[in-house]
Parts: sequence; structure tokens; C-alpha cells
Amino acid sequence: MHLAYPAVLAVLLFCVGLYGVLARRNAILVLMSVELMLNAVNLNLVAFDVWLRDSLHAGQALTLFTITIAAAEIGLGLAIVLLVFRNRGSSDVDRLTGLAEPHGPGTPHGPDAPDATPAAAADDEKAEATA
Amino acid sequence: MNVSAAAHPGFLSPTGVEITFVLIGLATLGAALLTVTTRQLVHAALWLVVALGGLAVEYLLLTAEFIAWVQVLIYVGSVVVLLLFGLMLTKAPIGRSPDADSENRLVALGVGVAAAAALVWVVVDAFRTTWINLHGVAQGSSRATGESLFRHWVLPFEALSVLLLAALVGAIVLSRRDTGSPGSAAPSPAGATPAATPAADAPAAGKEHS
Repeated sequence: MHLAYPAVLAVLLFCVGLYGVLARRNAILVLMSVELMLNAVNLNLVAFDVWLRDSLHAGQALTLFTITIAAAEIGLGLAIVLLVFRNRGSSDVDRLTGLAEPHGPGTPHGPDAPDATPAAAADDEKAEATA
Repeated sequence: MNVSAAAHPGFLSPTGVEITFVLIGLATLGAALLTVTTRQLVHAALWLVVALGGLAVEYLLLTAEFIAWVQVLIYVGSVVVLLLFGLMLTKAPIGRSPDADSENRLVALGVGVAAAAALVWVVVDAFRTTWINLHGVAQGSSRATGESLFRHWVLPFEALSVLLLAALVGAIVLSRRDTGSPGSAAPSPAGATPAATPAADAPAAGKEHS
């Protein structure tokens, strides 16, 4: 098999994932796009391992490690997203601008979750702001 | 048969494996594109299943069978289920959501297309005359993978299990409800429950890890 086939497929999958990370708004969809990018890297590792006929099987061992780290990453990422959702009432990455530089005069915190925010979340925000 | 005879197989005589690889690659790429462009959030997770399953078939075609089954087991079996749980728990809207894409998607499209063009150019230019020999002993059989993993890669493997345990504990700590300081809830008899919760979590964590 020509090596260009898996390599090009991996490149295209990686760029699809890159587009998804940049263009998606929901944090969980961003995590899905990260998974696509990691899978593209896995395909590259497997293809080059088979091509080089490595006696240590470094490519496949590293693929297993990448899969495991991706599983850990998705667990931690989902825990963080759920925590953010519990505090802010939204999981849109565009609206999580609490740490951003203030853009113009009069908007010190930016448009920070103006709608559908529970009262408890507002209290948490105040506590964070004072802390 | 024609392994030794044709030292340089050409583009114009693709083998069956190559044709299958390209077809499944196209399906995988289409599913990935739908994953990042669909406006229905649950459908994105389901298209992700198709993309990851297609990648598992590609691993099988590359004779890496163990990786393929691990891919099916972990990605399709657990990661997508986790993502679906996450979508449900964050009250993702069922049906079309008009604000699934942010407003800078044109910039993202430009970045993605530019990166794809540059990388495809470089990769095709670099590997134009390289062929994978898929015949002979299978490179990724379970036996070969297991022997190399537990002979040469034991130490990274154990370190990885420690990392998994750390990630598990971190996820539990992050997603635990904050019960405040233990002194405030101490006098009431219900104050015993928050103290008992971590102890109840710990055996479950160990079981899940092993």
C-alpha cells in the first residue's frame, strides 16, 4: 500500500479536527474535535509503525498510550465542562470571558452569561470576583 | 504473489487493500466533516462513532488488529458514551441549535484549509515513492503487541496506569459537590453523610481502575 494514503487521510482528519476546535461553540463539541485530531495522530503512528517494521513496535505502543491519555483527557475535560456548566449555566466557550482583557470602556467583564443564569451561579460569580 | 516481481507498484494498478482503504477513508472523512459541521449536537456524537469506527477498519487494513479492537472498545464504547452523557448533563438542545458554530467560523475555515493544503503538499511530496509492505508476518497481531508492550514498554505502561488513576481521582474531586467546611455541618446527624462519601467513592474508583 502506498504510504501517502494513510498519511494524507491523517492530515485531512487533523485539519477537520482543527477546524472543529476553532469553529465550534459548545465545549463538548470542541472535545469531540480534539478526539478527531488525536485519532489522526494515531493513524499516522500505526501507518509508520507498519511501514518501518519496527522491532520495538514503538508506533503501536505509543498509539495505545495515546488512546489511554485521550480517555483520561475526555474524562477530565467533561468534569471541567460540567463544573463550568454548574457554575455559569452555559457551556459555550465564547461566553466564558471572565478572564479576558476588557474590550471597551464600561464593560469590565464583557458580556458574561447575561441570560439564563441561575441565582446561585450569580452568587458564585460574585464570590469568585471578590476572592 | 507479485511482491518480489513488482518492486515499485504504481498508482495506476491499485490493489484491493488500497481501494478499500481509500473508500473507507472517504467515508471516515465525510463522517468527520459532518461531526464538525452538523447543527444537531447529538448527531455530532453519532457521526463521531462512524468516524472512529472507520478508523478502526483502517487499522485492520494496516494489519494492526489489536489497535483496532482497542479503538472500538475505548473510543466507540466509552468515549462517545461519555460525550453523550456530557451532552445530556449540560442540557444540550435536542434538534437544531442555531448557535452551534461561533461567528469566527470563516477564520477557522481559512486556518483549516491552509493547514490542510500545506500539510498535504508536504506529505505527498515526502512520501511519493514509499510503499508499505503489508505481506509477510502481521505487524500488529495481539501476540506481537503484547510481547513488545510487556517486554520493552513495561515502565511507561505502569506510569500510564498511575496517570489514569490520577485522572480518575481528579475527575472525582472536580465533579464532587462542594459540601463546604466540615465544621459547619458537624452537629447535625446528616453531617455524617458528606464524610462517608469519599470513603464510598474510593473502592469504586479502585474497581474501575483495575
